[in-house]
Amino acid sequence: MFKESIAIALRALLANKLRSILTMLGIIIGVGAVISMVSIGMGVKEKVQNSIASLGSNMLIVTPGAASSQGVRSASGSSVTLSLEDAEYIKKTVQGIDYVAPSVSKQYQIIAGNQNWTTTVYGITPEYMAIKSLTVGSGSFVSQQDINSRNRVAVLGATVAESLFGEMNPTGQNVRINNTPYLVVGVLDSKGQSSMGQDQDDIVLVPLTTAQERLLGITYLNSISIQVTKMEGMDQAQEQITSLLRQRHKISGTKEDDFTVRNLTSIMAMMTETTGTITLLLGSIGAISLLVGGIGIMNIMMVSVTERTREIGIRKALGATYRDIMLQFLIESVVIGVLGGIFGIFLGILAAFAISTFGGLNTVISAVSILVPFGFSIAVGLFFGIYPARKAALLDPIEALRYE
Amino acid sequence: MGIILKDITKCYRIGEETVAALAGVSLEIKNGEFVAIMGPSGSGKSTMMNILGCLDRPTSGSYLLEEQEVATLTDDELAKTRNKRIGFVFQNFNLLSRVSAWENVALPLVYAGIAEKERLNRAAAILESVGLASRKQHMPNELSGGQRQRVAIARALINEPSIIMADEPTGNLDSRSSVDIMRIFGDLNEQGKTIILVTHEPDIAQSAKRVITVRDGLIISDEVKEQYYV
Ligand SMILES: Nc1ncnc2c1ncn2[C@@H]1O[C@H](COP(=O)(O)OP(=O)(O)O)[C@@H](O)[C@H]1O
Ligand SMILES: [Mg+2]
Repeated sequence: MFKESIAIALRALLANKLRSILTMLGIIIGVGAVISMVSIGMGVKEKVQNSIASLGSNMLIVTPGAASSQGVRSASGSSVTLSLEDAEYIKKTVQGIDYVAPSVSKQYQIIAGNQNWTTTVYGITPEYMAIKSLTVGSGSFVSQQDINSRNRVAVLGATVAESLFGEMNPTGQNVRINNTPYLVVGVLDSKGQSSMGQDQDDIVLVPLTTAQERLLGITYLNSISIQVTKMEGMDQAQEQITSLLRQRHKISGTKEDDFTVRNLTSIMAMMTETTGTITLLLGSIGAISLLVGGIGIMNIMMVSVTERTREIGIRKALGATYRDIMLQFLIESVVIGVLGGIFGIFLGILAAFAISTFGGLNTVISAVSILVPFGFSIAVGLFFGIYPARKAALLDPIEALRYE
Repeated sequence: MGIILKDITKCYRIGEETVAALAGVSLEIKNGEFVAIMGPSGSGKSTMMNILGCLDRPTSGSYLLEEQEVATLTDDELAKTRNKRIGFVFQNFNLLSRVSAWENVALPLVYAGIAEKERLNRAAAILESVGLASRKQHMPNELSGGQRQRVAIARALINEPSIIMADEPTGNLDSRSSVDIMRIFGDLNEQGKTIILVTHEPDIAQSAKRVITVRDGLIISDEVKEQYYV
């Protein structure tokens, strides 16, 4: 009986091709809209997640200044409360951490011969290499000896090396930073662009102590990056660091921290939530058009039932049961939903492709973002088909046969 | 066995008024009979036929079909009864306009749950027996009135019911086609099927062995023709 019902439904749809296609169009556009809208939302999410992940997900970053002081957020890193001793103390006492990398940074013009280049100079310690997973292409990295003796040495990022020295190997050459000569001891391997579009090779690294005393003339730090051994240890490490620093900075009771410990996982979770909301919002816009498409199905099915009252009467007179008639009309509306859904998937994928190609937006299509709206389109066909199908199935055979 | 009606009434409410289309009909029809129901227009013939054909339910009274009380059947059981026990022929044919004669004839078998191949084989055989073997693929609007009614009769016969009911089957036909159709009914009765038909043409009623006359929802006469007395 099921097979017959499908055949009858398909035949009815084919008998009214234009009408069937127009009805389907509502579903096609609905499904297409959901898929393409969600693909944009997921594209944003992927981009954000990648850029956060590239920073390292088991990383804690301590910056001076409270996260918010009386509602006004001081520019992060501008306060003067974090010291190298804080960093060393964290390294010594906090358990479950691999590296601690204190750093300072500022923009400088770098001069080599008659070439100059403006870039960010970072004052760092040897652990910076591990925490940022840097590798040295030629020469060596900043050593503990350099830190201890405040040596005027520099390690160049690939972009800086290329801009100042071209093809030449800069190792052993001098560059001038803030009019003071620095010996280039190494060049970093290229890391390329970050997912945020930043050139990660456009940096110059000098020993932390050299930067603090000889370049900046400060004693504090801009930030301390801490790599935690295990993801599960993140919360614990964060707590330990917070209480440790509060103790060291003599902050007691309910007084606000004068530093901020940020957890990339929590930032990621927050961003994921935000982008999830965006995706949901975009998806809902599509879902609404799918719903409107469903109302279109119901509308046409009502017309179809009325038009075919006589046919229903004949079928019932010949022995069709409630279930037979119900099935016939339900299948008809479900077929509209299924076919509309299939074409809608193509439209949605095409639209997502066009948006990323011509609109420059990152779009992501997943099996879920296809199957959910497809399932939804079938459900819409089913749901909006029930009322008209029931109406048809409940028709009295005599009255249906008498219908003009 | 057969059909037994007891005090069947059928009332319609029109606004405030109640109209009794059947005002208490009692009747017995045995298997193998050939009955014509006559009467003027509006006398309740169709109403009676629809109840006999399980298309409609009486307002009150009892209807035993093959010893089964029809009043207790659900809508779906009535549908099954129409499908298996009764072949119904309408005045206006009531063929599905969008499918061929062949598929029209096979339609009751769809609801009897018979596979497509067998459906089409059986339909082809029945169409041949009513002389329409060459018209299988034709759509109803490509057939004459007489041919359409023969398709409708083939459809009524396909599930091998023991009772054939026809409400003015020749009402829309010319006299020649009418004769053809009546001959088919005569042959079917010969083969042992119960035939009940409504007509207001005395010529047509001539073919039947028993004539029931209805007026204002009541049976006013019920005659078995002399030559058929048992
Ligand atoms: N659905 C209905 N609603 C109201 N009155 C009806 C309905 N069907 C039949 N009738 C009335 O019942 C009476 C008998 O009708 P019917 O059985 O069709 O007569 P016949 O077939 O003998 O011409 C008529 O008066 C008709 O108007
Ligand atoms: Mg009538």
